[in-house]
Amino acid sequence: MKKLFALSLALMLTLSLAACGDSDKKSEGVMTHAEYVAAELNSQVTVETYVQAKQSWWENQATLYTQDKEGAYFIYNMPCTEEEYAKLVPGTKIKVTGYKAEWSGEVEIIDVESFEIQSGSYIAEAFDATSLLGTDDLIKHQNEFVSFKGMTVEAADDSGAAFLYNWDGSGEDGSDLYFNVSLNGQTYSFVVESYLCDNTTEVYAAVKNLKVGDVVDMEGFLYWYNGANPHITSITVK
Amino acid sequence: MRPMRKAITLLLLAAGCLLSLAGCHGSRGLDAFAIPEAFDTTREYQITFWAKNDTNKAQTDIYKKAIADFESLYPNITVNLRLYTDYGRIYNDVITNIATGTTPNVCITYPDHIATYLTGINTVVPLEGLFADEKYGLGGSDVRFDGPAREEIIPQFLEECAFQEHYYALPFMRSTEACYINKTYVEKLGYSLPEVLTWDFVWEVSEAAMEQDSQGNYLVNGQQVLIPFIYKSTDNMMIQLLRQQNAGYSTDAGEILIFNDTAAALLYTIAEHAETGAFSTFKISSYPANFLNAGQCIFAVDSTAGATWMGTHAPLLDISAEALVEFETEVRPVPQTDPENPVMISQGPSVCIFNKADPQEVLASWLFTQYLLTNDVQIAYAETEGYVPVTSKAQDSAEYQDYLSRGGEDNQLHYDVKLKASRLLLEHTDHTFVTPVFNGSASLRDAAGQLIENVTKSVRRKETIDDAYLENLFHDVSALYRLDQNRGGAMERADLGKLPRTAVLLLAALGVTWAVIILYVGLETLKTRKTRHNTH
Repeated sequence: MKKLFALSLALMLTLSLAACGDSDKKSEGVMTHAEYVAAELNSQVTVETYVQAKQSWWENQATLYTQDKEGAYFIYNMPCTEEEYAKLVPGTKIKVTGYKAEWSGEVEIIDVESFEIQSGSYIAEAFDATSLLGTDDLIKHQNEFVSFKGMTVEAADDSGAAFLYNWDGSGEDGSDLYFNVSLNGQTYSFVVESYLCDNTTEVYAAVKNLKVGDVVDMEGFLYWYNGANPHITSITVK
Repeated sequence: MRPMRKAITLLLLAAGCLLSLAGCHGSRGLDAFAIPEAFDTTREYQITFWAKNDTNKAQTDIYKKAIADFESLYPNITVNLRLYTDYGRIYNDVITNIATGTTPNVCITYPDHIATYLTGINTVVPLEGLFADEKYGLGGSDVRFDGPAREEIIPQFLEECAFQEHYYALPFMRSTEACYINKTYVEKLGYSLPEVLTWDFVWEVSEAAMEQDSQGNYLVNGQQVLIPFIYKSTDNMMIQLLRQQNAGYSTDAGEILIFNDTAAALLYTIAEHAETGAFSTFKISSYPANFLNAGQCIFAVDSTAGATWMGTHAPLLDISAEALVEFETEVRPVPQTDPENPVMISQGPSVCIFNKADPQEVLASWLFTQYLLTNDVQIAYAETEGYVPVTSKAQDSAEYQDYLSRGGEDNQLHYDVKLKASRLLLEHTDHTFVTPVFNGSASLRDAAGQLIENVTKSVRRKETIDDAYLENLFHDVSALYRLDQNRGGAMERADLGKLPRTAVLLLAALGVTWAVIILYVGLETLKTRKTRHNTH
């Protein structure tokens, strides 16, 4: 009896492990990340991926940062109801069919024709991309959840401000926050995207408190706009 | 990053709110505004001003200075500024705030959008009474600043603010579209730039530029990337093309005429050039200026209010210095069908005033609105971009004329491309037009652009563009923007069809009830008269 019980347990464990493994396996007709990267622009793509963050929901359209274990997919203006949007919490697995497009260097899935929520969950760990800044390899991690460590806050304009509302200071509280950080003598522009992290979030408040010379660790999504334009979601002054 | 892309989603949202707002039309609104006898300066007023800038700090600084200067003239009025970078968000927020009775006092907007705001009752203040008011009107005796008289506002620009038999706004700035050209590449391809571009010329040069070497590099720029012709606002592209060909768009009353044979023929032409890669749009590829400045575009059509981003030496740049290419930039009106009779859109911000329960507050709003037309504000703001002032008082002033004469002296205030863009509109004001304004005209404008966007996208996805495709496209776009529905415009009389049976029964019951009441009252009156007659 004990043997039978132990065998049953082992079988159940094996089956459950197999089931867990299945959530990572791509379904029929679904691209791997490598196939997605290789797909031509303007072609139809189908991916299974996991929501990492939500940027916005407008008029039944959602913009999402998503990622699987192989790479990331930015999904722009995906048709979905408000009820569906509420279910798209970080980790949620979705299957999406749309078109691969590029806008100012940002590769994304647009004109989504169908999506469905599937079983399975995955939250990506931040990939440390610090050493890739300024290299051609950085773009391979486009849209991924990444971290940048030990960077120094530089003046955002001639007045010496540590951050600007909008890229040129033309905004106000609630606008995107732009700030510069440097590493090894190179300066990069980072942003707190106000649709992703509005002025009620910790990261928004933290960037407003930055001082030139602060050394910071950051996490965020490696968005692209004519070059790397990370959308920062957390920042820690060291 | 400039935030225009966000505006697109916001505009869709705002368009979606149209019907829900229309649903509120039965509620009782504010009383119509009546001009007070005198402005009560013993009271304090807080007014809100929702202003749009082109993500341009110089413009926000001008708004702030204008407010400070105005408040020093009227210490009892405080103006609270709220900044926006796109019209779509203003439109969206206004619609939301009409429902809650929390509209701003003064708002930068488009007449198309005002037509939607008018769905509410007495929501927006008609201005003709205020224009003419002896004390507080344009050039009025009790106004504390040197504002323009009515006849000093450029007539075309003022008329753009008149619809539904009222003036609902004042023009604030005006612009048109311009074609910013890499003249160096045009000449390298063996062409000479004409004074007025034709569509045929632009298409021909664009196709000629598509020649590549065996490595896939374009011969004209030596790069792997080239989109010779990029259009920023495809709604304007379709509107101007239709106008230049005397084809239908809409009637003044709001009848939709855009889905016609000329539009179909234009879409076939656009598809042909999208297929070769010679044409694309902002929504599909990105800002024309970025491609132009990187030597990856030859004809970039954008607003004259985007001139400071255009050219190798542009004061505002969105690409890295390493990506910048040296070339000669030329500015021309948008391509034309008949170069002898050029036609181009007039656009740019206008200012409207929202009604409030307190007429004194509305009067304070009017005074501030009028202040935005003073030379100080007009000239300073016009100089930030390729705008032109909306008053002859400002346009003819020595200060503005001096500014115009100094094009090319530097690459900041006197950046030659910007000044050429301003001059373009000043020289062609008589060739500008606007589209009819009605409840739903903003959606029609979006639909016009959507036709071009969809065709261009479909071609890139290797779909076939034929009559069946266009028929479906017209149907889908019409449905998406609800152009197939009755707009309920004030100027339309729609046939609503037969009344529902329940309504007929209800009306019949009401009729019978009233007949019984009238019969009863009649009998009672007769009885009373008889009684009185008998008692006398």
